[in-house]
Amino acid sequence: MNGNWIDIGTIDDIPPRGARCVKTPGGKIAVFRTAENEVFAIEDQCPHKGGPLSQGIVHGKSVTCPLHNFVISLESGQALGADEGEVRTIPVRNIDGQLSIMLESLLVAAE
Amino acid sequence: MAEKLVIIGNGMAPGRMLEELFEKAPGLYDVTIFNAEPRVNYDRIMLSPVLSGEKAYEDIIIHNDDWYLTHGVTLHKGAKVTEIDRHAKTVTSANGVTAAYDKLVIATGSLPFIIPVPGHQLPGVLPYRDLDDVDRMLEIARASCSQAVTPDLAEMRHKTERKGRAIVIGAGLLGLEAAYGLKRQGMDVTVIHLMPTIMERQLDPAAAYLLEKALTERGIDIITQANTKQILGTDKVEGIELEDGRVIEGDMVVMAVGIRPASALAKEAGIAVNRGIVVDDGMMTSDPNIFALGECAEHRGTCYGLVAPLYEAARVLADRLTGGTSEYHGSVVNTKLKVTGINLFSAGDFAEAPDREEIVLRDASAGVYKRLVLKDNKILGAVLYGETADGSWFFDLMKRGTDISEMRDTLIFGQSFQGGTPLDPMAAVAALPDDAEICGCNGVCKGKITSAITAKGLTTLEGVRAHTKASASCGNCTGLVEQLMSLTLGEAYNPAAVTPMCACTELGHDDVRRLIKAKGLKTIPAVMQELEWKTSCGCAKCRPALNYYLVSDWPDEYADDYQSRFINERVHANIQKDGTYSVVPRMWGGVTNAAELRAIADVVDKFEIPMVKVTGGQRIDLLGIDKEDLPAVWADLGKAGFVSGQAYAKGLRTVKTCVGSDWCRFGTQDSTGLGIRIEKFMWGSWTPAKLKLAVSGCPRNCAEATCKDIGVICVDSGFEIHFAGAAGLDIKGTDVLGLVKTEDEALEHIVALTQMYREQGRYLERIYKWAKRVGHDEIRRQIMEDADKRRAYYDRFVFSQKFAQVDPWSERVSGKDKHEFKPMATINYNQAAE
Repeated sequence: MNGNWIDIGTIDDIPPRGARCVKTPGGKIAVFRTAENEVFAIEDQCPHKGGPLSQGIVHGKSVTCPLHNFVISLESGQALGADEGEVRTIPVRNIDGQLSIMLESLLVAAE
Repeated sequence: MAEKLVIIGNGMAPGRMLEELFEKAPGLYDVTIFNAEPRVNYDRIMLSPVLSGEKAYEDIIIHNDDWYLTHGVTLHKGAKVTEIDRHAKTVTSANGVTAAYDKLVIATGSLPFIIPVPGHQLPGVLPYRDLDDVDRMLEIARASCSQAVTPDLAEMRHKTERKGRAIVIGAGLLGLEAAYGLKRQGMDVTVIHLMPTIMERQLDPAAAYLLEKALTERGIDIITQANTKQILGTDKVEGIELEDGRVIEGDMVVMAVGIRPASALAKEAGIAVNRGIVVDDGMMTSDPNIFALGECAEHRGTCYGLVAPLYEAARVLADRLTGGTSEYHGSVVNTKLKVTGINLFSAGDFAEAPDREEIVLRDASAGVYKRLVLKDNKILGAVLYGETADGSWFFDLMKRGTDISEMRDTLIFGQSFQGGTPLDPMAAVAALPDDAEICGCNGVCKGKITSAITAKGLTTLEGVRAHTKASASCGNCTGLVEQLMSLTLGEAYNPAAVTPMCACTELGHDDVRRLIKAKGLKTIPAVMQELEWKTSCGCAKCRPALNYYLVSDWPDEYADDYQSRFINERVHANIQKDGTYSVVPRMWGGVTNAAELRAIADVVDKFEIPMVKVTGGQRIDLLGIDKEDLPAVWADLGKAGFVSGQAYAKGLRTVKTCVGSDWCRFGTQDSTGLGIRIEKFMWGSWTPAKLKLAVSGCPRNCAEATCKDIGVICVDSGFEIHFAGAAGLDIKGTDVLGLVKTEDEALEHIVALTQMYREQGRYLERIYKWAKRVGHDEIRRQIMEDADKRRAYYDRFVFSQKFAQVDPWSERVSGKDKHEFKPMATINYNQAAE
């Protein structure tokens, strides 16, 4: 991949079953850490009404939006259950706890 | 005219007999029952789960009052029969009721055996036989493990360390279940047993060893080969002394050393009695108009104490009473121990003998022990410990006398290893023949269950229980019955009988709350493990609920799970539709002053807060604040003395007041002062859903107290306390809880009511919905009439407040959870464009 990996911090910066935000010129990205210490990054905007997904409750590999309880898969960005919608997923890399995200696609969004 | 059938005793056996009778020949008899216990027919097998707190009495009722009405049965409760007059054909009870019979059924059950050692008559020496015994045990357990709260925390902790002590004599099935239940109730428990190994009638020494070890690990002391010399104490039990001189202290002694048939009444009436009342294969006594059924009866020299054979006999008797000729030929019995987490099965005869062989399987690491005793290639007895899924299969082979020589090599591994049957449990159930017994207690075979499901269109477990009785007694075969329902109904079967909390569990909120207490579960992972959650870490529905239940039940021990809180309770502000937050400082009773208002004005200017709004609860709401600014906003508000108004909490929100007697010409009491006092007392407390209060100074009700969760209307003679109002999705005026005279009383009642709701409410259930569910009268009874209960609720609230009244804003200003309020990283254009 010829993208741009940008360092965002370490896995310890994110509480287990929690999330932190990364501010970018293209908008906020929510970076999640699951109970199993997997890390996912998605756009911090619920496809339903734009709720900040980073503020939701993290369970399994999904997050429930704090505004109207859409459940979003952290892996695919798809809304789960009966709801429809999708957020962009952002490539994230975890090398010995050092996290970086791939920003190539973001720039397109920022334009 | 219908013949008169009188039954002495209202236990499970006559209950079953009547069901059979009403099904075969409704209206044939005019039925009268005398019950020495003051209640309806309940499932005695389930007393142990009631003792351990895993079930309530209501859960184990077999026939409720409606059932007796529907079938036209006259039930005399609390009426012990003292005389049978066989010539006049009447029976008479101690409370003076006489009834004439054409046919009489004696079902007096059995009496617990009390060892007549010195001291056996002391208060606190109890048998374990009926619900009254369980109630008495629970009473002593509670009193001796006193949780009385004093204002002094150190003293309080000291007090909770005082544990009650129980001594159980007899390590049989009942004794061990009693021990386990009392341990669950927080007592220290010692079991005294005469024989070298426990449950020696059902277990061989190897299985007894494993069981003893498992119980010891659960904190139950077991002393075997111990003979009780005397029970110590002057006006109540204080302990026991063993023959070898050892003394064991205790607040109660439970005697579970056996039962004897209650046959005295029959004997006095001149009916033939040996150990029990002698019956023939038609359950008839020496008097052709009198039958005996249940534990009081002796059939072919055997008295049974387990439900399955009694139910078989009940069926025979019902048939005889309707003119049939069925015969009872005795039963082979099996037992299971109802101790959560211990799997134990035993059936038949497993003593060693020269002409017997045995097959043994041990897996020490898995704690599994299985032993089959064979004679002439037939199973004679089975003991299974740790892994009991094949118990009913072995039992079936045993009862049928199946020749097992073909499968001898793999027999011990169970059914799934036979004849290439796959390991899938569904396939194993599917493979069972139609006449295979599923429910041992009630003798229900597979074919009867599947045909009832199809013929009667049953789709729920309750329906199957109602029509077939399968899994309706001890419940151990519930899994099998459910598998049969799945097989028969496919997708149409939904096993959830109650509305589950969420998709992660089959359990409803009430079951979860009860089990958290009963099993002493103190973390979310423990709840999920013990209650078999279907997901690894729950979901956004169950986690906040579990977190609340644990905070509420274990205020001193439970560490709040931050990640299971909804965002508002995590960052102590209210999220708005654009992702900004609103902040509401606490204004006690809705009262403020110039300094506070100035501080608010300064904060609004400094942080350019776009909206300032007065709320319905008499507070000032600052809207549109960026999350990153929250700690700085709180810091400035804190300097002016503000704490969080908790306008975001499933907890105490606001106490709204009017100006009351200080200013108002109509005011009767200091409503403002009382409101402030209540708010200062109750702030910080978590509740199942938000809790809004109000105090009005007179019945003109300017604080709108009569649509609040809890409201007070001040009157000349005191304070009228209201509750269960609503003015949201639903609109509902409050109901009156009662009138009290002083402010102190008003506070105590309000706090007790809140605590009752905290302990019983389902998460997100507002007080008016909870009140509707449990009944307004019951709440009034507990809070207004039962001073002890009220005080206990009050004390528990006070205790929990010691851990709850911490201002979350100042904590966060001091740096707590600071990661919440900062982005993890900020990436600028240059970095991104590189």
